[in-house]
Amino acid sequence: MTFEKFVFYVFALITVYAAFRVITVRNPVHAVLHLVLAFFSSAGIWLLAEAEFLGITLVLVYVGAVMVLFLFVVMMLDVNLAPLREGFVRYLPVGGAIGGLMILEMSLILASRHFAAAKALPPHGPHYSNTRELGALLYTDYAYPFEIAAFILLVAIVAAIALTLRRRPDARRQQVGEQVRVRRQDRVRLVAMAAESRSAGPAEEEGS
Amino acid sequence: MVETIWQVLLILIKIVVILVPLMLGVAYLTYAERKIIGYMQVRIGPNRVGPRGWLQPIADAMKLLMKEIIVPSNANRFLFVIAPMLSLGPALAAWAVIPFGDGMVLADIDAGLLYVLALSSLGVYGVIIAGWAANSKYGLLGAMRSAAQMVAYEIAMGFALVGVLMAAGSLNLGAIVRAQAGGVLHWFWLPLLPLFLVYFISGVAETNRAPFDVAEGESEIVAGFHVEYSGMAFAVFFLAEYANMILIAALTAIMFAGGWLSPFAGIPVLGAPSLLWLLAKTAFFLFFFLWFRATFPRYRYDQIMRLGWKVFIPLTIVWLLVEGVAIMARVGPWFDHAAAAAGS
Amino acid sequence: MGRLKAYLKSFMLWELLLGLRLTGRYLFAPKITVQYPDEKTPQSFRFRGLHALRRYPNGEERCIACKLCEAVCPALAITIEAAPRADGTRRTTRYEIDLFKCIFCGFCEESCPVDSIVETRVYEYHFEQRGEQIMTKDKLLAMGDKYEAQIAADRAADAPYR
Repeated sequence: MTFEKFVFYVFALITVYAAFRVITVRNPVHAVLHLVLAFFSSAGIWLLAEAEFLGITLVLVYVGAVMVLFLFVVMMLDVNLAPLREGFVRYLPVGGAIGGLMILEMSLILASRHFAAAKALPPHGPHYSNTRELGALLYTDYAYPFEIAAFILLVAIVAAIALTLRRRPDARRQQVGEQVRVRRQDRVRLVAMAAESRSAGPAEEEGS
Repeated sequence: MVETIWQVLLILIKIVVILVPLMLGVAYLTYAERKIIGYMQVRIGPNRVGPRGWLQPIADAMKLLMKEIIVPSNANRFLFVIAPMLSLGPALAAWAVIPFGDGMVLADIDAGLLYVLALSSLGVYGVIIAGWAANSKYGLLGAMRSAAQMVAYEIAMGFALVGVLMAAGSLNLGAIVRAQAGGVLHWFWLPLLPLFLVYFISGVAETNRAPFDVAEGESEIVAGFHVEYSGMAFAVFFLAEYANMILIAALTAIMFAGGWLSPFAGIPVLGAPSLLWLLAKTAFFLFFFLWFRATFPRYRYDQIMRLGWKVFIPLTIVWLLVEGVAIMARVGPWFDHAAAAAGS
Repeated sequence: MGRLKAYLKSFMLWELLLGLRLTGRYLFAPKITVQYPDEKTPQSFRFRGLHALRRYPNGEERCIACKLCEAVCPALAITIEAAPRADGTRRTTRYEIDLFKCIFCGFCEESCPVDSIVETRVYEYHFEQRGEQIMTKDKLLAMGDKYEAQIAADRAADAPYR
């Protein structure tokens, strides 16, 4: 067994273990952390396959941003675990069927075209840049699918904001622009006052 | 086989050569911080341990080493212990791709910029896990604030770096520095001035430094995410914070201030590119971290969010458009060769 | 025009730069730190430090056990017991000040009709054992004997203002 193969199996084992724990562990925060581990080790597998751009982007986007927000939400949830486990047996057939279907689909895809090819991934020269190749492909052959995907994401962003936006006339908001524009002379008036001399002032008690 | 072992050993030696000065730098950054902030507050700062207080960081480290690490009774033990390491690990690992000179880099990978960005986004896990695992209200509040803040400023930071890679035409940090060859005016800080400011301010926010230190917020949530930490575990958080500061300063120097290039290009001795220039530039930016801390009061939380989402992100997008137009028009002296490199 | 100027200023972080300039200037300002064990700040003759009981020049203790200080003490730090001495004069048998309770307000000094209990300029002291914080009569008299010259000079300096 070569060193690369050994590393691959280590990463693969960690990925499978972590993915399994995501759905079996009780504590939702632990589940999210296991998911992070799964992402991380699959990024490692991608690095092994010389897809360093994809591997690092996976870490950057999913581990660095998406999972942080997941953690953020999950930490604030007050999850009651007992009712979550109630329907397990009831939903098992449906879930099992969907899972089986997914496995079937994936094996069909892998077996039909790439299973043989994946084994003999040709090593590239030292000046081969995965990033450059990906960029060239995305902006030439796949330009339209890429733009369409970007547009769908944009629509999703707008939709998410529109769904959560609430107009609340009773809520008081800050007008940040006005706050920033305020000058000192709008709020404070400096008044020049003549100093009063001690003798002319009101009668004081006699100092010794 | 022998050759492999020799190579691994060589890499290990290189790692040590990078990390030992880094750790010393962290130690003396704390000393510099106390001195400089002291001077700005018309005090003189630590001056008792050793001549002029030079041994103060050593004394602090010894004290923290001796202290007991207390694990709260309801804390999640495993996560509590692993959180400081998760915070320090990325801060150190990012140094693998930092070029200290032409070719003086541990791992000359193509996607260096992405790698740095990915690792700096991982640092937040240490903070979040620490805050959650300690099972403390203040810790959780600090973790929440930190998570939201990091995600917000990471986007602005990423956009600022997109500007850099557009200008340099490469994700490799060494290539980015080489694209800035020439005098001070050839460096990217001038054409990318808004991005430079956004990047540096986002860097201050990413490292949870004043005025963006709401994750710690001593006056509101005691010490935020590391409120339950003591002894060496606390010291590791401290190390991570300062190592991150040095990292951000070094990255700013590399991406916007010409890295190892000399500002006096063309003059015989002064003009030679050298590691010393990189160190000087890093120290210059680090000084600003300390200066900010001595000057600005802490941002309110909603103002931090507003600045990140509503000011920085639109600003960077607008400037990316401007830069794109400049590259298309081949505005010299910055974009003519970049466009040529991209076209080739 | 004014709005445009304000807009430009906020984008150029003008006010933040002003703040940075201020702290930057203080970086080079002369430092006012007093390096305590080596240097000390000047003291007023009204400084209220550790207590002392004074004596008359003939060696007789001034305190007549009137207990005014005990009565006026806001922190209830003073405990006095009194009895006639062998020569028939009224003296204290016990005069104790608990330094943990004492707030160094100086009321005891003000209330004393014979200028017996005073506060000296001594402020560098420490305790190593429990119980050491109680200033007994012996300790107070010893303080008085040791610092009498300073105490007398301070009272004389303060006299014109009373």
